[in-house]
Amino acid sequence: MTSSLHLWLIPIVPFAGFLVNGLLGRRFPKALVTTVAWVATLIPFLHVLNIALHFSSLTLPYTENVGTWITAGSFHADFAFALDQLTLIMLLVVTGVGFLIHLYSAGYMAHEEGYWRFFAYLNLFMFFMLTLVLAENFLLMFVGWEGVGLASYLLIGFYFTKDSAANAGKKAFVVNRIGDFGFLLAMFLLIAHFGTLSFSEVFGQISQHPEWQGGFLTAIALFLVLGATGKSAQIPLYVWLPDAMEGPTPVSALIHAATMVTAGVYMVARAHLIFDRSPFALSTVAIIGAATALFAATIGLVQTDIKRVLAYSTVSQLGYMFLACGVGAYSSGIFHLLTHAFFKALLFLSAGSVIHALSGEQDMRVMGGLRKKIPITFWTMTMAVFAICGIPPFAGFFSKDEILYQAFVSPNPIGKLVWFVGLFTAGLTAFYMFRLWYLTFFGESRAQEAAHDDHGHGHSHGVHESPWIMLGPLVILAILSVIGGWVGVPEALGGHAEIDHFLSPVLQVAPEAAEGGKSLELLLAIVSVVTGAIGWFIAHLLYFAKPELRAQLAAKVRGLHSLLLNKYWIDELYGAVIVTPVLLVSRYVLKGLFDTGVITGGGLALGYTTQGIGSVVQRIQSGNIRSYAGWLALGAAALLLLTYFGFGAHLSF
Amino acid sequence: MHLVLFFIFGGLCVAGALNLLLQHHPINSALSLIVVMTSLAVLYLLLGAEFLAAAQVIVYSGAIMVLFTFVIMLLNAGEEQRTHGSKAAYVVGFPGAAALLGILVYIFLKQRDHLGSARIGGYLVTTHDLSSVLFRDLLLPFEVTSVLILVAILGAVALARKEH
Amino acid sequence: MVPIAYYLVLSAILFSIGVAAFLIKRNIITVFMSIELMLNAVNLTFVAFAHHWHQVSGQIFVFFVMVVAAAEAAVGLAIIIALFRTRATLNVDQVDLMKL
Repeated sequence: MTSSLHLWLIPIVPFAGFLVNGLLGRRFPKALVTTVAWVATLIPFLHVLNIALHFSSLTLPYTENVGTWITAGSFHADFAFALDQLTLIMLLVVTGVGFLIHLYSAGYMAHEEGYWRFFAYLNLFMFFMLTLVLAENFLLMFVGWEGVGLASYLLIGFYFTKDSAANAGKKAFVVNRIGDFGFLLAMFLLIAHFGTLSFSEVFGQISQHPEWQGGFLTAIALFLVLGATGKSAQIPLYVWLPDAMEGPTPVSALIHAATMVTAGVYMVARAHLIFDRSPFALSTVAIIGAATALFAATIGLVQTDIKRVLAYSTVSQLGYMFLACGVGAYSSGIFHLLTHAFFKALLFLSAGSVIHALSGEQDMRVMGGLRKKIPITFWTMTMAVFAICGIPPFAGFFSKDEILYQAFVSPNPIGKLVWFVGLFTAGLTAFYMFRLWYLTFFGESRAQEAAHDDHGHGHSHGVHESPWIMLGPLVILAILSVIGGWVGVPEALGGHAEIDHFLSPVLQVAPEAAEGGKSLELLLAIVSVVTGAIGWFIAHLLYFAKPELRAQLAAKVRGLHSLLLNKYWIDELYGAVIVTPVLLVSRYVLKGLFDTGVITGGGLALGYTTQGIGSVVQRIQSGNIRSYAGWLALGAAALLLLTYFGFGAHLSF
Repeated sequence: MHLVLFFIFGGLCVAGALNLLLQHHPINSALSLIVVMTSLAVLYLLLGAEFLAAAQVIVYSGAIMVLFTFVIMLLNAGEEQRTHGSKAAYVVGFPGAAALLGILVYIFLKQRDHLGSARIGGYLVTTHDLSSVLFRDLLLPFEVTSVLILVAILGAVALARKEH
Repeated sequence: MVPIAYYLVLSAILFSIGVAAFLIKRNIITVFMSIELMLNAVNLTFVAFAHHWHQVSGQIFVFFVMVVAAAEAAVGLAIIIALFRTRATLNVDQVDLMKL
């Protein structure tokens, strides 16, 4: 029996950091704010490391009940935390990458107003995310789910004086809410069918009833998918993520790359027992994932803002994770989540370093020639680009390849289709990432003389490398991007697939295929590497070797280019079809008719009626004795009537 | 015999009351009220309440009404003015009064048989009987009434005093 | 042999005449007198019932009513005098300062 691991410390310490920095941070010196924030993130990280080191000695699954929350009739929910292999991986990602980004932010945000506010919100986010990951039941997970949405809103709208930032925050929150609605409906269905929201009880009941297939489980799964598409920015609810780039770059790295957006994938993996019983839901997930991956990659091909490219890249990579879950390869999805956290966070942080070097410039068309000027940033970003393009032996290769292989061999009939889409998208990914690479670091400098002040820095002293507080995390993440994939090398390529074995108690990983499968896997790996190389080659051609080809190409595909540049006009479509009608109904029916008419009118009517009655009754108080006497006589007669013929009617004389 | 006496003095009561209603000068109304009270005293005698009859004449006609007359003289009350202060009194009051009368008469006449009859000398309460109840069983209320009268005297004196 | 009911009817008539007088008359002293009339009507009822039930308590009631009426008359007339001093009128319709 393991002694208590005090799991509750892991979320609570960042929450304490939030309280201290939030309530008192305004008056603290910057160093104190930084120390509080770092300590509040370091302690959970060390605790998680400690747990990881002693992991093999624990009896799993381990649950910790901190207190009863709801007892209502037959429904029961507790503040309970649970730890298993899946949770441990998520915890390592959240606390580890989170801590590195806290370090980085101290340098990046050093000259910002509201420094204390930033770190307070960042700690708040950590608290909610850790609650989400550690939760033992859907309800507590939902608390974390909603909370990270709140933290995301606060951080996206950090520069709240800018209209675009405030609007982006609102958009993120509202779109997330639509997803949350799906999650809520799923929870209601769970309560209706299982009477509980606890993971162990729900999954236990499902295991005991192998005859439960489809039907209500499909409904629950589909609603959960709706929630996941909101949080993980998949079609149709991805529209908030590109706009979320209005927030500071560390926020984009932490929340919109490594942690919050992966919550949807985590949730699907956690509830995989429900999804396994519903092939329809799984196919839906796979199709959504593949479609989103392709869709977002095409938009990313032509974007000019460095952060936008990375945002669409995130949406696309999340599509891969969804694809993995959709074909039943949950552990591959989680593996890709792990490697993606490393290289995507690194991409964003080094993009932030570039932006910092250029004093706020984010448009790639005016970058260039930075390779020699900011070498460390260049090399770390190069590691990340190689990782995301799936070039061996970097991290992304193993995880992405595993997903594509699992898709190909999946018994699901759409498996080969999504494999092809995934492969094509890999080629596109290589193209736009290397496009970004060439535009930013190679060629002649196209930077304009005037310094842009887009990210709030008030200084412009030439192109300079970032301070070590920012470069340190970049280096660490670069190392992880290189070696991070080596925990999941499949046997076909000579490895032992440690991560699959690690997660198998939780995710029931399918056993390795037979010998024939191994050579198939090798073949598919070669195909995807070749595709990536083709993408690199085309980018090399258009952006380094023969830039003049671009103008010729642009002339031929102007219509397509415009479509992609305007993101397929999806935002405008949503605006016209959904937002505008809702606004009209709100303004004229709900406000004009109900609020003004019924509610205010009702209140006014009540007031006027009372006044009217009052002014009529007032006339009895005339001060005239005779009128009083008249009313008295009437009253006496009425009483007499009532006594003799009414109440006293049963009396006899 | 009893019936005749009843009708005569009952009629006098009603006539006096109506006169009170119809006269314009308050002194006339006061005098009519004295007639009513004295007739009522006779009716009390017919019902066997000899002490009360005497008290009615002495206290009511002899003291209270004299007090009224003194005040009328003191204030030099003249004929009544014809002001119309309130319509409610007529519109609401008369139906109320009529209803009162109607209901009461209806009830009493309906229960006529239950109530039986009065005979002269059927139940005679001598002063002796009355006072033995009053001074023995109801001594406390009796003493309290004397306090009440004291309070009334003091109040009347305080209210009617000339302001200095 | 007079039915008790007749006495009661007489008293009811006197009472309602008292109410009517209260409603019609404008001189405050006359209004007061109508109150006395009403009290007397009630006295008659008490005595009639005392005779009917052969109980003396009806007459005791009358005794106390008389005492109270006397006290009330004294205080009431004192109030009328005070009123006359301030308002210089005995007309009920002109004493209506307590209106809304």
